[in-house]
Amino acid sequence: MSRTMTGAQIVLEALADQGVEHIFGYPGGAVLPIYDELFQQDRLKHVLVRHEQGAVHAAEGYARSTGKVGVVLVTSGPGATNAVTGLTDALMDSIPVVCITGQVPTHLIGNDAFQECDTVGITRPCTKHNYLVKDVDQLSTVLHEAFYVARSGRPGPVVVDIPKDIQFASGLYAGLSNSQHKSYRPPKEGDSAAVEAAVEAMATAKRPIFYTGGGVINAGPAASERLRELVHMTGYPITSTLMGLGAFPASDKQWLGMLGMHGTYEANNAMHDCDVMICIGARFDDRITGRVDAFSPGSKKIHVDIDPSSINKNVQVDIPIVGDCDHVLNQMIAAWKKKKPKVDKPALKTWWDQIDTWRARKCLHYKNRDDIIMPQYAVQRLFELTRGKDVYVTTEVGQHQMWAAQHFHFDEPNRWMTSGGLGTMGYGIPAAVGVQMAHPDSLVIDIAGEASVLMTMQEMSTAVQYDLPIKIFILNNEYMGMVRQWQELLHGGRYSHSYTEALPDFVKLAEAYQAVGIRAEKPSELDDAIREMIETPRPVIFDCRVHKHANCFPMIPSGEAHNNMLMGDDVTEEDIENAITDEGKVMV
Amino acid sequence: MTQPGSAYSLDKQEQNPESHTISVLVDNEPGVLARVIGLFSGRGYNIESLTVSETEHEAHLSRITIVTTGTPMVIEQIKHQLDRLVPIHSVTDLTVLGQPIERELALLKVAGTGEKRVEALGLAEAFHAEIIDSSTEHFVFEITGEQSRIEEFIALMQPLGLVEVCRTGLAAIARGAERM
Repeated sequence: MSRTMTGAQIVLEALADQGVEHIFGYPGGAVLPIYDELFQQDRLKHVLVRHEQGAVHAAEGYARSTGKVGVVLVTSGPGATNAVTGLTDALMDSIPVVCITGQVPTHLIGNDAFQECDTVGITRPCTKHNYLVKDVDQLSTVLHEAFYVARSGRPGPVVVDIPKDIQFASGLYAGLSNSQHKSYRPPKEGDSAAVEAAVEAMATAKRPIFYTGGGVINAGPAASERLRELVHMTGYPITSTLMGLGAFPASDKQWLGMLGMHGTYEANNAMHDCDVMICIGARFDDRITGRVDAFSPGSKKIHVDIDPSSINKNVQVDIPIVGDCDHVLNQMIAAWKKKKPKVDKPALKTWWDQIDTWRARKCLHYKNRDDIIMPQYAVQRLFELTRGKDVYVTTEVGQHQMWAAQHFHFDEPNRWMTSGGLGTMGYGIPAAVGVQMAHPDSLVIDIAGEASVLMTMQEMSTAVQYDLPIKIFILNNEYMGMVRQWQELLHGGRYSHSYTEALPDFVKLAEAYQAVGIRAEKPSELDDAIREMIETPRPVIFDCRVHKHANCFPMIPSGEAHNNMLMGDDVTEEDIENAITDEGKVMV
Repeated sequence: MTQPGSAYSLDKQEQNPESHTISVLVDNEPGVLARVIGLFSGRGYNIESLTVSETEHEAHLSRITIVTTGTPMVIEQIKHQLDRLVPIHSVTDLTVLGQPIERELALLKVAGTGEKRVEALGLAEAFHAEIIDSSTEHFVFEITGEQSRIEEFIALMQPLGLVEVCRTGLAAIARGAERM
């Protein structure tokens, strides 16, 4: 199986053996030998981005929408440092990415050579693992191991730094066999006694709730199927984090909507009042818990996570289960079926009645207008008009992201790509490029804000080059809306640098990129404009001019508990000024 | 429950910090120590002492002994976070296993003449410290033992002309026949 070839050839051979079809990259001096090999083959399709950050986000979008490992190829020095934001984003959201970086030749490392940086040093805290390859005979093993590490356990980004002389040197290519890491073996099955205990607690619950997250999506589509089976079997309500949207269908009657800072009233109140919480593949992040000492005070907490360090990090749980969501859900289903529990029907009826009274509060309601497009309305119309189509949605970060999470509903996993943990403005366009590359015939929409979108706007050029008909749907309010909203909440409405006084004409900008620009300014023209966007078989920038001062509600103000939400329809200026305590102000 | 809290106020929880000795078996590969140290600095954990050396040459395994302090919840986090690093084979909390055997080696340079010199020599004998190097003006003592004993020895040498001290940090192993 072992064959002799150059380091650059080993790279391509290993990628091909890993089943890689697309890589996102940008050439430079220290990766030229690999680019030369790319030129001489047609197994791998390379997508030339316009900035290395875009390459990583594109790989993330690709990975998140397919379940495969996303692959990035960048040069040394600035190529690697530009990739750092994307790598950190992938680490925070547990997205499997392998990023190959060129490095100056081995004998120049440490010499402050041209385009040299300490790539493994810089990326150590923002990757799951990284490697500097100093021996060409190790290269194939390292590459296969990198894929294994990226996709196994809690997925994440892995960097492989390859000096230029190693790319030129001849070495042995060892095939796919032996591609596991020698000691890294993440757990799969959950402890059966813990599963039993969890099912016992679930069976006797009076006010149960499922709280699920991105871990279910990372465990593959089968895990989402299992989740549906278990939730339907029990009849219990379910909510999800931002990262977990789509694992359970939003159209289902047991669905309470997203929870957390901008989650629904019913989901947050149910979390606060529940007696048994079944957390699957979520990590009690600060956007979810709000005030920790007032987080779901009376509940018994079950936590399923593949990463033991996520358990008892922010919130003490009663029944921890370390394992892959898919496996543990299977175990739970089996245990539930075996047990055939008699659930407390009267208690559950009371619980659902209570939930219905919270639902009746209609927390996502907003005052619609017929003279100005309300941003929520724009997302709702976008959802209605794309219903039934094969849609993938990416977002940037800010108010529009939350409105998208609240008003665009997902019935399947892997359809929703957003930067949750790191909150990276500029994620959406490149992620859409990656998604569209993987799903050429699908409708890929980036629900965007005009501020975020300018951070990686150059990737429109990539979309045009590869005929990727992505739709950039900008909710344009001329403000960094979420910054402005927080300035209202915390800083007396002093809008320090959150208004963009000069913005491009997005329609002309689209045309400059040889894409299509569409603008809607009135509610009456919105539907036709959205239809036009959907029907345009080319990349589109849609400039949706929305209400400039709309705020995103409901909201748990920072430092508050789940049952103390600010609601959108009756919030006054005074409420906004007094919403956050002095202690809450120091939090982000 | 009137005091507001958040994910950022975990340290205020009423748990007392404890000192734990943690033994970590790692692949002896470039960067592994940087990963461990980076984890501690990046997440704001304390390192009281850190000792590292390759202990199994054929398997290229090193053993890192870390003494750290934190609340029980933080200590749990530290162990899980360490275990999550790819080149780490195992993480063992020796303090939880019971009184581990803990030893440290220190080298002390003591300069002086006359009575102080005689006193230093006498104390060194009492502490079973060895003389590694000497001249008419100085001694270099080597002392091995529990940290408290070394602290005591250093304190006694202080007024007798202590010039400098070098310490290895803690080496620790669990009691009994079992391998960790």
